[in-house]
Amino acid sequence: MRVSINEKSFCVKEDSTLFEIRNRFKKDADVVILNGFAIEKDEVLKENDKVVLIKKGEIPSEEELEHLLVSRHTPKVYDKLKKEAVGIAGLGGLGSNVAASLSRIGIGKLVLVDFDVVEPSNLNRQQYLIKHLGMKKTEAMKEMILEINPFVKVEIKDKYITEDNVLDIFKNVDIIVEAFDSAKCKASLVSEILTKTKDKVIVAASGMAGYFSSNTIKTKKISNRFYLIGDEINEAKEGSGLMAPRVSIAANHQANMILRLIMEQKEI
Amino acid sequence: MIVNGKNIDYKERITVENLLEKLDLNMDEVVVEVNLNIISKENYSDILLNKEDKIEIINFVGGG
Repeated sequence: MRVSINEKSFCVKEDSTLFEIRNRFKKDADVVILNGFAIEKDEVLKENDKVVLIKKGEIPSEEELEHLLVSRHTPKVYDKLKKEAVGIAGLGGLGSNVAASLSRIGIGKLVLVDFDVVEPSNLNRQQYLIKHLGMKKTEAMKEMILEINPFVKVEIKDKYITEDNVLDIFKNVDIIVEAFDSAKCKASLVSEILTKTKDKVIVAASGMAGYFSSNTIKTKKISNRFYLIGDEINEAKEGSGLMAPRVSIAANHQANMILRLIMEQKEI
Repeated sequence: MIVNGKNIDYKERITVENLLEKLDLNMDEVVVEVNLNIISKENYSDILLNKEDKIEIINFVGGG
């Protein structure tokens, strides 16, 4: 009969048990999952059962991890993602969440740019952990990506982006995420990319503070090269701070628009 | 002219910079598109708008 073991299909003899399979395929596995449930007691397998064998803390081989990702995304999607490089300008609430989502789906390469360090106040909405306090955001994000999907190529640039260096910083990416905090920096980056490059696409965000309705955060297509996400109204101010839910909703609108662009879906 | 989908009429001819002033918008926090072309900030004071122009002004707010 056929069973799936760590997402690969194998032919095993009838009446094979779960622990026999573990001993044969991954003797040192300390977690055994059968059809989505962690199992402590041995049992007989049935046709088409799905077995996942995990050794805690072990990093899967590139081939194994790639196979796991492909089986979740279908090969056509994964092949395209793997070839793509995306630049992220700013690694705060928006940028750190976009970076995490794109890493999870198996983006080929990320160019991460920020000059800042992780502060305690960032933990209310940004991906960082207590252990990252005081670290450069670029270093902390790279460390986290390596734990999410170690096969994403990560290039970090510990720089303050200006009109003079922006084109050089993003020269090797096709898609740029505007993930700054200040309205001036947002406007300036979008304007530079759209007026000084011919074909780069920018996915920007404006308006995601507070706890207003999630449904007011929208993706808008301004042009073929400019997408804007947010409610366009609610800025960060006293009494209406930036918080994880709406900031990550906006960030994942950005990540999904990028995924759509990579899959050649240009409409919103 | 049409600004963000709304008809606005001005008696005199105005530049992009004048329009932003009239709408009380900060020049440094907007991106302006005239007839689908993004305008560089350096040109805001030079470009005279026409009454048939379609203008999109994206006014960024802070937070991220």
